[in-house]
Amino acid sequence: MKVTSRNFKEKSHDAMQDPDLRAALGRVKEGFTTARSVAASELPEFEDLRDKARDIKDDVLENLDYYLEYFDEKVTASGGHVHWCSSAKEAKEAVLKICQDVDAKTVTKGKSMITEEIALNQFLAANGIEPIETDLGEYIIQLADEPPSHIIGPAVHKTKEQVTELFYEHHQQYGYTEREEDPEKLVGEARAVLRHKYVTADVGITGANFLVAETGSTVIVTNEGNGDLTQSLPKTHIVVASLEKVIPTLEDVSTVMRVLARSATGQEMSVYTTFSTGPKRSDDIDGPENFHVILLDGGRSEMIGTELEELLRCIRCGACMNHCPVYHAVGGHSYGWVYPGPIGAAINPQMVGLEEARHLPNASSFCGRCEEVCPVRIPIPKILRHWREQAFEKQIAPKPERWGIELWGFFAKRPVLYRFATRCASRILTLVAGKKGRLKSLPFGKGWTSVRDLPAPQGDTFMGQWQKKQKQEGQI
Amino acid sequence: MSDTDEKLEVALFVTCLVDINRPSVGFAAVKLLEQTGCTVSVPDAQTCCGQPAYNSGDRRTTIQIAKDVIRNFKGYRYVVAPSGSCAGMITKHYPELFADDPDMLLEAQDLASRTFELISFLKDVRGFEAKDVTLNKKLTYHDSCANLREMKVVDQPRALLGGVEGLELIEAEDREACCGFGGTFCIKYSEISEEMVDRKIDNLLATGADTLAAGDLGCLMNIAGRLYRKGHTMKVLHIAEVLAGMGNAPGIGEGTDQ
Amino acid sequence: MSAREKILGRIRAQKKRGALDGETQDILAARIAKHERNVIPKRGQIPLTEQMDLLQSKMEKLLSTVERVTDASEIPSAVQAYLASQNLPSRIKMSPSESLTELPWGDIPTLEIVTGAGAEEDMVGMSPAFAAVAETGTLMMASGPKTPSTVNFLPENHIVVLQASDITGSYEQAWDRLRSATEKTGMPRTVNFISGPSRTADIEQRLIMGAHGPKSLHVILVGDGT
Repeated sequence: MKVTSRNFKEKSHDAMQDPDLRAALGRVKEGFTTARSVAASELPEFEDLRDKARDIKDDVLENLDYYLEYFDEKVTASGGHVHWCSSAKEAKEAVLKICQDVDAKTVTKGKSMITEEIALNQFLAANGIEPIETDLGEYIIQLADEPPSHIIGPAVHKTKEQVTELFYEHHQQYGYTEREEDPEKLVGEARAVLRHKYVTADVGITGANFLVAETGSTVIVTNEGNGDLTQSLPKTHIVVASLEKVIPTLEDVSTVMRVLARSATGQEMSVYTTFSTGPKRSDDIDGPENFHVILLDGGRSEMIGTELEELLRCIRCGACMNHCPVYHAVGGHSYGWVYPGPIGAAINPQMVGLEEARHLPNASSFCGRCEEVCPVRIPIPKILRHWREQAFEKQIAPKPERWGIELWGFFAKRPVLYRFATRCASRILTLVAGKKGRLKSLPFGKGWTSVRDLPAPQGDTFMGQWQKKQKQEGQI
Repeated sequence: MSDTDEKLEVALFVTCLVDINRPSVGFAAVKLLEQTGCTVSVPDAQTCCGQPAYNSGDRRTTIQIAKDVIRNFKGYRYVVAPSGSCAGMITKHYPELFADDPDMLLEAQDLASRTFELISFLKDVRGFEAKDVTLNKKLTYHDSCANLREMKVVDQPRALLGGVEGLELIEAEDREACCGFGGTFCIKYSEISEEMVDRKIDNLLATGADTLAAGDLGCLMNIAGRLYRKGHTMKVLHIAEVLAGMGNAPGIGEGTDQ
Repeated sequence: MSAREKILGRIRAQKKRGALDGETQDILAARIAKHERNVIPKRGQIPLTEQMDLLQSKMEKLLSTVERVTDASEIPSAVQAYLASQNLPSRIKMSPSESLTELPWGDIPTLEIVTGAGAEEDMVGMSPAFAAVAETGTLMMASGPKTPSTVNFLPENHIVVLQASDITGSYEQAWDRLRSATEKTGMPRTVNFISGPSRTADIEQRLIMGAHGPKSLHVILVGDGT
């Protein structure tokens, strides 16, 4: 997808003026945060499970090459094929080749962030293959030709009225000529339209929440059941997954499963968790005949062994954005690339370049709530700070900002000068504010006073007053 | 943990915002510490904990400032700051800064182990209770993110406020949400900060409280500044001022003309 | 160099090592072979009769319906009564598993039993659970020649028969049962954990049932657990 992270400020400004979006983000905040907190409190072992989930992912990253080869071997033994791909381009070409080999005209798709990341739909469409998103949220934004605005709720920014219009526009060809306004009926309409697509699609493409080394299984987690229909009805099932998704054993997956849905939606379990292993067996009466796993690196191996490695623990639950006050204010599209919210702010600079994404790690108050709720305890603020340090070192930060900090640092390192400067400053500000006790505007202080008054100092600084007091007491 | 040593020398880490903007918080801190039998020193050469540089990615300057702070606060049994954010910088982040410098790391860890946020120090270390303090107000308490998540100072302020005669503590909705201060964040991304502080203010005002207290001056200046900008008159105080019996003085940004 | 070699090479270079030494590989292989359990919530580690109650209450919270029968022979009449109560047609797409097909369907001639995989037009599907996990009210379905997974998804309404003796406390216990049952054949093509009927909240976060999978899930729990 087109990267627009550079325009974060402008996009977030627009987002905050959009009443529909504000209402939608309010629902994200209310719905998901309460649900997660209830789910976490109802499971006494939740914190232990988070620790264990973190440890499992750390072990995976420490020995990733081993687990990947193990996984490959198991997939092959169960009759499937693993396609190792370094780049998005290689992955897209591998998918296309498989589709062309079975002469595919249409493919159904389960919800997958990785295929958003590599912009698979656009690529398939350009090559004459029609991709059909089947997760309701993904389907809605596919009709609207928009990127997802949330990892687990791609269409959280859309109102019911907008869905009504989209379905009215796109479903007339299927005989739905009335504007449907009832959400339940809108879901029914999508269900009916997509049902037939599942059955007639040539290929089903899903992502994977986990890849199980022990068994060579791929795992998807959904609430709608669309992923299951996508992968069990067409003759060919392609799984696109990035390499950090591998998990050693079924027991380990079970541990991570316990923190995934609780963190994401506050459910104890999502409705459907499906383990797929190879193609259909010779005497099975359903299931795909071909099973392919596209194992994509896509820049991840370079993060291993660096400050960014911990980001690869991410299980894409969305808890960080559900709890992020900045995300609640600006929504997902402001981030300008596939991954929004705190995880996007941490990972996008690596994926699209720090210069392009420099706003993202800066647009954080470091409130720390993302780290607090992350099921695998990714220290997101620490990683955001890493990016700020990179930007400072590489002089990507705007000059006035750097000069400001350098000037301040100059004083902060020289206590006598600092004392003098602060005493002058606080006295001047006190004087200017007079009896009002606050300032409405301040030259060079627009960033503060455009939003709020500046409470004025109380006269001399504490250090100034303290020293005076000490002297007086000494004289007595 | 409690340290009942009768005459305990405590160094006050004033914090730059208290120093420049609200010295009364510093004096309140001194008063409270003395009430619990501490002798308070204020090391002369202190300036700031280094957060502005740290959060702007200027690691070199941060390290230089951290070294100064470590040197200036050597030898004191305890170091106390009337701020969760600055105490958090010293206790959690200084050791991170020196991960590759074993000698400095030891010193940073030593300082970290002696450094406390004021309210938790009063309550946990000195067993302080707010006696003989009266404030006839309805008060709501804001948890700064540093106190809430980094320092875990959540119950102590409420326990101490509970001892203030005449004070009614009313909890706000969505207590875990950030007020939008975030240091330089509130200046660089003022529009987003505005959105955050407005949500915070809505929740604070909804309590019907006439007074707001918190343990971090950054949040308080942000919230007070926005309250005044929107024409509200809630009185805003640092919790140390409330506990030190200074709750009737003009609040943050209040002035003397009202 | 193949992409595989490139990727593995990059991982190893980033970790500042070559391929793992034999000893480490043995440790990791043993880790997988042992597949030790991690943290198991206590909530499910209770006697079977209590597990049945926990399972039922969890399932009902997930908006499934649960009906208990003491003996499998009661299933046909229970199914008939359920379909009638829900105004559902009497044609059932049934997994060709003997555990279902050999039930006394002849007693209820009004029911039309069709065995096979799920199809687009099916209104009612019926399949046997391999196991269930009391911890979260989750069914475990294992695919096979006689248990096609499409029956779990395509019909609008899904009826699942679960033997009380197949209830476990945790996913891990269910995995162990599956491992021993499939020792010779290996992992089934598909293992579905199902926790309630299909749902979506993609339109303004309102919960709506029956997004793509079944709109209703009715579990017939057989036996009293003694």
